[in-house]
Amino acid sequence: MIPGIDFIVPAAYFLAAVMFIYGLKAMGSPVTAHRGILFAGIAMLIAVLVTFVHPMVHGNYGLMIAAIAIGSIAAWWTGKRVAMTDMPQMIALYNGMGGGAAAAIATVELLKVIGGHELDTTTTVMAVAGGIIGAIAFSGSLIAFAKLQGWMRKTWRFGGQQIVNMLFFAATIVMGVMIIINGPDPLLLTLFLVTALIAGILITVPIGGADMPVVISLYNALTGLAVGFEGYVLQNPAMMIAGIVVGAAGTMLTQLMAKAMNRPLSNVLFSGFGKADEDGPAGDVSGDMKSIDATDAAIQMAYADKVIIVPGYGMAVGQAQHKIWELTELLTQRGVKVVFAIHPVAGRMPGHMNVLLAEAGVPYDLIYDLEDINAQFPTTDVALVIGANDVVNPAARKDPSSPIFGMPILDVDKARNTIVIKRGQGTGFSGIENLLFFEDNTRMLYGDAQKMAQALISGVKSLD
Amino acid sequence: MEGWVALYIFMLAAFTGIEVISRVPAILHTPLMSGSNFIHGIVLVGAMVILGSAETGTEQVVGFIAVFLAAGNVVGGYVVTDRMLEMFKTSGQKKD
Repeated sequence: MIPGIDFIVPAAYFLAAVMFIYGLKAMGSPVTAHRGILFAGIAMLIAVLVTFVHPMVHGNYGLMIAAIAIGSIAAWWTGKRVAMTDMPQMIALYNGMGGGAAAAIATVELLKVIGGHELDTTTTVMAVAGGIIGAIAFSGSLIAFAKLQGWMRKTWRFGGQQIVNMLFFAATIVMGVMIIINGPDPLLLTLFLVTALIAGILITVPIGGADMPVVISLYNALTGLAVGFEGYVLQNPAMMIAGIVVGAAGTMLTQLMAKAMNRPLSNVLFSGFGKADEDGPAGDVSGDMKSIDATDAAIQMAYADKVIIVPGYGMAVGQAQHKIWELTELLTQRGVKVVFAIHPVAGRMPGHMNVLLAEAGVPYDLIYDLEDINAQFPTTDVALVIGANDVVNPAARKDPSSPIFGMPILDVDKARNTIVIKRGQGTGFSGIENLLFFEDNTRMLYGDAQKMAQALISGVKSLD
Repeated sequence: MEGWVALYIFMLAAFTGIEVISRVPAILHTPLMSGSNFIHGIVLVGAMVILGSAETGTEQVVGFIAVFLAAGNVVGGYVVTDRMLEMFKTSGQKKD
C-alpha cells in the first residue's frame, strides 16, 4: 500500500465534494456557468484517479480500465454527435446509465451478502433502497429516451393501468423488505431487480411527450438519491454528498417544472396528459382560423415597432433557430425592437428553447421569462408564435373546463397582432383546441418553421 | 460511518442542493439538469470500488456493467453540458 493513502483518498474525495457544490452553484448564473462545469469536471477527474489507489480496490484493474474506456468512448462519440434539438433524450440516456450503475452497485453488495459477507441493517436498507430507485431510474430513463428519440411513438394505456403499476411497485417494496429481513438469496434478488425494472418501464410508458421534461428531471433526481444511498453503503462521503445534492436540486427543479405547468407532480405521473380530450374538445370554439402568407406577415413585422417571438417545440422540430435569429437581426437593423419570450415548459425540457436560441447565437439578454414579458404584450405590435401551442392557449385563463385551465401562459392574445407558424390545423400534442388560433387578430402561417422563417426573411429583404 | 452522522450529511447536502438551485434563471434549467446529471456520475467511483473488490465471476460481470454505465454517465453528462454551456454568451461577449 502506498504510504499516506488513508489520508490522500479521503482528502481527494473531500476536495471533489467541495468542487462539485461550487461548480453546481456556478452553473446557476450564465456568466459563470461554463467555469462551473469545468470545475465539476476537474473534481470528477481527481475523484476517479484517486479511486485506483482506494484501499478497497485490490484487483481487476484491467477490467476497470476496459469498462471505463468502452463507456467513455461510446458516450463521448454519441454526446459530440447529437444535434442540439436531441439533447433531452441524451440527458435521459446518460442519466439512466447512472441509475443503472447505482442499481448494479447494490446488486454486487447484496451478492456479497449471499457469499457470506455481513452487512448491518442500516447498510442493507440503504443498499436495497438505492437499488430500487436506481433500477426504476434506469429503465424509466431508457423508455423516456426511446420515446423522445421516436422509437416508441404510441402512448400505451390500458384500463386499470395504475393498479397494475402500483402492484409492481408494491411487489418491489415487499421483496426489498424481505431481503432486508431474511437476507438475499439469488432468486429473490433477481426477482427484486426484474420487478423494479418493470415498474420503471410501466410508470414511464403512459406518460405523454409534453410531460417528458418533468419525468426526465424526476429520474435525474432519483438517480442522485440512489447514488447518495449507495455512497452510504460504500462509506464514501463524496458519493453521499454529490448524490444527495443532486437529489435535492433535481427535486426542486422537478417541482418548478410541474408548477410551471400548473399540474401537481402526482398528476404528471399517474394520469396521462390530455386525458380530458377523450370527452371531446373543451370549451366553445367560435370563428375560423384565418391564414396569412409569408409576404404579408413579413410586411407586418417589418413595419412594427415591437415584435415578440415565442418559440415552441415546432422551432426545434424545424431546426429553425438559425433562420429565426437571422430574421431577428434583419428586423433589428430596420429599427424594430425584437425580443424573445420563453415559457418555462416550452419544448421538451425547461430551458430547451434557451439552449436552441443560444446555439443560434441569440444573446441571452434578449430572452425573457414568462413573468418579465407578459406585461409587455399589450404594447406589442406583432407576437410571432413559432410552433408553440399549449403555452400560448388563452383557454388556460378563460375556460374553466379546459384541462390546462390555470396554467400560467404567455399572454400572446393580448398583442395587437399575432402570427402563428404551425405545420397544420391539428390540435398538436395535447389534443387541446387552442383558442388563440381563432382570435380576430390572429393569423395562421401554415408550414414548416424553418421554411416559413426563410420566407419571412425573403419577405423582409424584398422591402429594401 | 455511524447512521446519525450519515443522516446529518444527507440533511446538510439536501439543503445545499435546494439552496443552490432555488435562484436559478429558467434559461439555465436544461444545462443545470444536465450538469447535475454529470455530478451524480460520481457513482463511477463507487462502481470502481465494487469492481476492484469483486471476487466471484458474477460480481465481476455486474461490477463491469456498473463501471461501464457510470463511465457513460460521467463522459456523456460532461460532453453534453459543456456543449450547451459553450453557447451561452451575452451580447457584450459576442463583440470580442
